[in-house]
Amino acid sequence: MAGAPRLTRDDVAHVAALARLHLTDEELELFTGQLAEVLDHAADIAQLDLTDVAPTAHAMAVTNVLRPDTLAPTLDRDEVLAAAPSVEDHRFRVPRILGEAP
Amino acid sequence: MTAGRSAVDLAAAVRSGETRALDVLEGYLAAIDAGDGEVHAFNLVTGEAAREAAVAVDQAVAAGQDPGLLAGVPVALKDNLCTRGVPTTCSSRILDGWRPPYDATVVTRLRDAGAVMVGKTNMDEFAMGSSTENSAFGPTRNPNDTSRVPGGSSGGSAAAVAAGFAPVALGSDTGGSIRQPAALCGVVGMKPTYGTVSRYGLVAFASSLDQIGPFATTVADAALVFEVIGGHDPADSTSLDRPAPRVLSVLDEGIQGMTVGVLTEFLDGVDADVVARTRQAADACAAAGARVEEISVPEVRLGLSAYYLIAPAEASSNLARYDGVRYGLRVDAEDTTAMNTATRSAGFGAEVKRRIMLGTYALSAGYKDAYYDQALRVRTRIIEGFDRTYRRCDVLLGPTAPSTAFSIGAKSSNPMSMYLSDVCTIPSNLAGHPAISIPFGTGDDGLPIGVQLLAPALAENTLLRAAAVIEAAAQSTAGGGG
Amino acid sequence: MSDSWLLVIGLEVHCELKTTSKLFCGCPNKFGDEPNTSVCPVCLGLPGSLPVLNQNAVEMAMAIGTALHCDIRPSTFHRKNYFYPDQAKDYQISQYDEPINVDGWLELPDGFRVGIERAHMEEDTGKTTHVGTSGRIHGADHSLVDYNRSGVPLVEIVSAPDIRSSAQARAYVTELRSVLVATGASDGKMEEGSMRVDANVSVRRSDGDPFGTRCEIKNLNSVRSVGRAIDYEAERQIALIESGDRVIQQTRHWDEDAGKTQTLRSKEDAYDYRYFLEPDLVPLVPDAAWKGAVADALGMMPAERRARLTELLEEADAETDARTEQIATVVDLGLDDLVVEAIAGGVPAGLALARTANEAATDAEAARKLDPGSYVTLLAMEAAGTLSATQSKAVLAELLSAGGGDPAAIARMKGFEAMSDNTLSVAVTEAVDALPEEWARYCAGEEKLAQVFIGQVMKATRGQANGKAVMAELQRLRAG
Repeated sequence: MAGAPRLTRDDVAHVAALARLHLTDEELELFTGQLAEVLDHAADIAQLDLTDVAPTAHAMAVTNVLRPDTLAPTLDRDEVLAAAPSVEDHRFRVPRILGEAP
Repeated sequence: MTAGRSAVDLAAAVRSGETRALDVLEGYLAAIDAGDGEVHAFNLVTGEAAREAAVAVDQAVAAGQDPGLLAGVPVALKDNLCTRGVPTTCSSRILDGWRPPYDATVVTRLRDAGAVMVGKTNMDEFAMGSSTENSAFGPTRNPNDTSRVPGGSSGGSAAAVAAGFAPVALGSDTGGSIRQPAALCGVVGMKPTYGTVSRYGLVAFASSLDQIGPFATTVADAALVFEVIGGHDPADSTSLDRPAPRVLSVLDEGIQGMTVGVLTEFLDGVDADVVARTRQAADACAAAGARVEEISVPEVRLGLSAYYLIAPAEASSNLARYDGVRYGLRVDAEDTTAMNTATRSAGFGAEVKRRIMLGTYALSAGYKDAYYDQALRVRTRIIEGFDRTYRRCDVLLGPTAPSTAFSIGAKSSNPMSMYLSDVCTIPSNLAGHPAISIPFGTGDDGLPIGVQLLAPALAENTLLRAAAVIEAAAQSTAGGGG
Repeated sequence: MSDSWLLVIGLEVHCELKTTSKLFCGCPNKFGDEPNTSVCPVCLGLPGSLPVLNQNAVEMAMAIGTALHCDIRPSTFHRKNYFYPDQAKDYQISQYDEPINVDGWLELPDGFRVGIERAHMEEDTGKTTHVGTSGRIHGADHSLVDYNRSGVPLVEIVSAPDIRSSAQARAYVTELRSVLVATGASDGKMEEGSMRVDANVSVRRSDGDPFGTRCEIKNLNSVRSVGRAIDYEAERQIALIESGDRVIQQTRHWDEDAGKTQTLRSKEDAYDYRYFLEPDLVPLVPDAAWKGAVADALGMMPAERRARLTELLEEADAETDARTEQIATVVDLGLDDLVVEAIAGGVPAGLALARTANEAATDAEAARKLDPGSYVTLLAMEAAGTLSATQSKAVLAELLSAGGGDPAAIARMKGFEAMSDNTLSVAVTEAVDALPEEWARYCAGEEKLAQVFIGQVMKATRGQANGKAVMAELQRLRAG
């Protein structure tokens, strides 16, 4: 980004927490440098004035793709739960949750 | 002896009853058995299931039923394609042991066409990489020189075809992950137009860029597989509602009167031997009656930066679901947040973590407009650049990769140098356009070189006609195509 | 509450759509079942799965937008990224800056219009059960997740901050519920969670002041808790300000049992949702023909239906003032068509409304399924005096529990023979003779004593006499 401060260790630590990744001090140091290098390379596009250009999120312009409101087969519960790391009462078991959902 | 025969020939032989599918399969399984210890193209070889499938094809033929277009043709599948009941790992510890309860649409279509799946191939973890070194199960080696990488991320599929472990294979291409390893291994690799092959059951890396495509030893084989796996799928909202592709019949139509543009930006910073082979391929097009001109599309220079923001951004969201709750790895901890974090930290390799963080950053509050949204605007520019160019020419020609296969470990400590391997392949993904890599001789080191053809959206016919011309020229002028 | 404070309230209502299948997959849209049985790769967020949008859900969202006078616009879906175990993909697919419905309004029964900022589509999450002593998230030992609800279609209706009291908020939720039921998009069952309300509440000194700092209150699962929570929260904020403190912008949780709101998180803890366009879905661009078809299929909305009934009652010269509540009831329960048919069939308007609002309403579900023809026949019999009110109610109860039938046949079966004028006359004369003192006072003008004679006649005829006919006979005797 034009004139933007270079990516810091704190930025990387913040992003790692958002992404639920734990980094060791060594990883934090290494990744900060590596990611900053990629973002430095991206300066070539961050500097462009593209205010009048519409963003493209889908390469092929398609609209109104819909399915009829009909039932399709469900999965066998035993098969579904067999894949789970922990199960109780036919539900997926997780350790205690610290906060309500947003 | 079946190894070395094309899929087109094998299918014809099996369909006619001249050759048994089971015999074909045993030849390939023997080759895998003999060679994959060194190459490590496969994460898993499903020999018994393959034998059952081959026997079923033979029974269909004996019963006078139509066994399908790919009858008895062994196929290797990249390990990010879901296979019911068969482990699908994406070469990641986080999915170790997961058996999908469903088949990818392409897997169903291959099976319905009589193909015989022989196994799941190694890849860069979650398709993030250009060397197949980022695999939790160890790197794949290039069959042409096992001290070299096969390219990536579909390196296992490319190596499997190059080593004669399967006549054809499927890979996925997000920024070049089919074409670049095809070039480095000396096989044909094609990325179809976005939306022509269903992504249902392809474990997502970057959803707006991912596309499944074939590896083969010939352009005709790639075309045959594309016909089988292509066509509309209502389970994928981005699948184009068009008739299934019919490309095989046009392959020998030549390119007389076409205009082939040599994309000058793709020649910058590329090794001299690769440039020389690209120019030879251009000459071959001219000799076949095409008008050849150098064309500049300056916008493609921006592709790398745009790609390394868009793809990680989508990936950061696509890979959030690996949280230790429903499937795959869990590393236990006191609370769910800590469990998610411990699981993801242990389950993902360094490259995946890098890209997740890069993408999270590019989408985060305060940075999204400058990075992610800006990259989407660049994407528009690149599409505009191609559109302008395709008013003047039918296909574009350039190298697939900047160099021949590099040594294992050469770039693994420097992510940016690895990312530069994709500079010639990325623009097609951003535009959603089809492209193909065709082997064209060897470099100064004796290793394969691939040249790349690019075409406008849905112009697979044109693309493959030109590819057939270059393939023929490679056999006569480039010393057998490596 | 201090009189000098004014409330500013905006409501966000999540409404589950009653489609057959989920928003993005073909799993059944029902989740009372055995846990984790209505699931597939898509709603479990399995690797490789992809969403495909349910056309019926889109049309229900468009119907809601039409009913709320919104602009129905080209729209897109985004991913809202956050980790939570009930979120199968760890992102929610939701409409964000390009919602399908924008800029509408809802008119309350008193004529006040509440602005609707948007009504957008999104998917529901799975359901988490907390295991441990409390059964709540705090202090739980661990939690269990059921994904049957994952991917159920929701429309979130966001009001403008136009609401000024808890009573108005209750009226808004009640009216919105009726509208949602009338569109056919929702069953309106708040108690079962098919409508969930969040309230944004702030206070200020006067109308001209800028809005105060607001708090968002979650977990309002009934009209009553909407009112209670807003009142509690307003008092809390006022007390804070009056004691020299300030309101901190935060999300608060309504504890129905304690009757309190409690801090969930402050604005500083705000999530960074990293919204971006969902690459697995394509834009939705409804054209005029599609919007027109949805609008044409939409029946009358409650406000219009209430107006229709009011008009019919006025035409019939029935006192309408006292009828407002009955009208609201029959419209809310979807029984107003019965009233309209009965009036058209010659039944006095007041009787048609009263029987429907009081008796038919006790089993609205059965009443809605009733053949209007037999309902009208029954009320006509009552109006003609063929059946007494008591008998008519008994026949109606039978009609409702049996799911229909011939009112005349039911009346015969129950032995409700119409009483001849002569029999009635005899019964009234006997009653008068039995109570000479009361009769004298009645003749002297003590009108309320008529009830004593009516009661006596009813007792003697075991409820078979028609009250109005008895009254007429009493008046005839007195005049004669």
